[in-house]
Amino acid sequence: MSFLPYAVAAWLLLVGLYGIVTSRNLVHLVVCLTVVQSSTYVLLLAIGYRSGATAPIFADIPTSRSVVDPIVATLTLTDVVVEATVAALLLALAVQAHRRFGTLDPNEMGALRG
Amino acid sequence: MSQRLRLLLFGAGALGLAVVLAWGFAGLPSFGDFDGRYGKVLAHSAVPQIKATSAVGATTLDYRGFDTLVEEFILFTAAVGVVVLLRVQRAEDEVPAEPEAVRRPTARSGSLRSVATALVGPVLLLGIDIVVHGHLTPGGGFQGGVILMTALFLIYLGGAHMNLGRLRPLGAMEASEGVGAAGFAVIGLGGMVIAGAYLENFIAPGAVGSLVSAGDLPLLNIAVGLEVMGALLVVLGEFLDQRLLMRKGQA
Repeated sequence: MSFLPYAVAAWLLLVGLYGIVTSRNLVHLVVCLTVVQSSTYVLLLAIGYRSGATAPIFADIPTSRSVVDPIVATLTLTDVVVEATVAALLLALAVQAHRRFGTLDPNEMGALRG
Repeated sequence: MSQRLRLLLFGAGALGLAVVLAWGFAGLPSFGDFDGRYGKVLAHSAVPQIKATSAVGATTLDYRGFDTLVEEFILFTAAVGVVVLLRVQRAEDEVPAEPEAVRRPTARSGSLRSVATALVGPVLLLGIDIVVHGHLTPGGGFQGGVILMTALFLIYLGGAHMNLGRLRPLGAMEASEGVGAAGFAVIGLGGMVIAGAYLENFIAPGAVGSLVSAGDLPLLNIAVGLEVMGALLVVLGEFLDQRLLMRKGQA
């Protein structure tokens, strides 16, 4: 099943995009975007995996033990932080949009603008 | 554009994207066969070189410390962005910045408030534990900072103030955020002065596995923890104020 993690990453990306395209609510849209971003976590961690290896924490294992790549874990951490900040900013914009248009439905926003 | 046409367009695009993705993934090493030398070197030099048993923590704060510094400032900038976006709006509506203190429970449910209050202490301890052991076990400033934010948020849930009153002093939260971000940069300067390079580990590494070890990693973790906690509380506080403003508008 060596392709399964990559398939999961691709599926998360596509299903998140589908959610964004069909979204009728800006808050729902932001959540869909976080689903898209979570596909990158799965991809990064899948790339760094080594068969039979354990987590790169040497608190209770000998340093000679084979471990998974610590760099992808660090990159994933950066990824999570960026996702959180993007979501916060977009939600603030959603609050602004609701104030201005009185709705969170992107379709109706266009109609109101004329 | 009709919903159907939009779906049709998306379907065509997604199909193309799926094909390109499959093509790209086919070129990747098969799952479990990754052989990146850089990662291996970092994983196996964390203990002998920095005396940090968490290779992820050592990579985040030492080997890739500069990236983490920038990452911290991304978070800082985003928190400032949220504050700016939401405060501008408040000024437009000419509503007082801090609604007057309303002395009533946050949550109607008494059991929710008791559980929230009971959890504050343990969650706070857990957060501190995760932050200070970041160089030894999984965790660190980012993860611990989020837990610390949760602990302070539980105070809000169990409290009696609608707007957190003095329990959410926005100034203190902003200060925590600023001190954390600046602390990381200043510790980096220490490396430049003492060890000769920015963010170079300039404190004696100490014994492997002890709480005070791995040089400046524990200090950096504490700085990151303060920053993350402050930034998230500022953002959450702004969103809560919006809710209060809306309620005020409806009344």
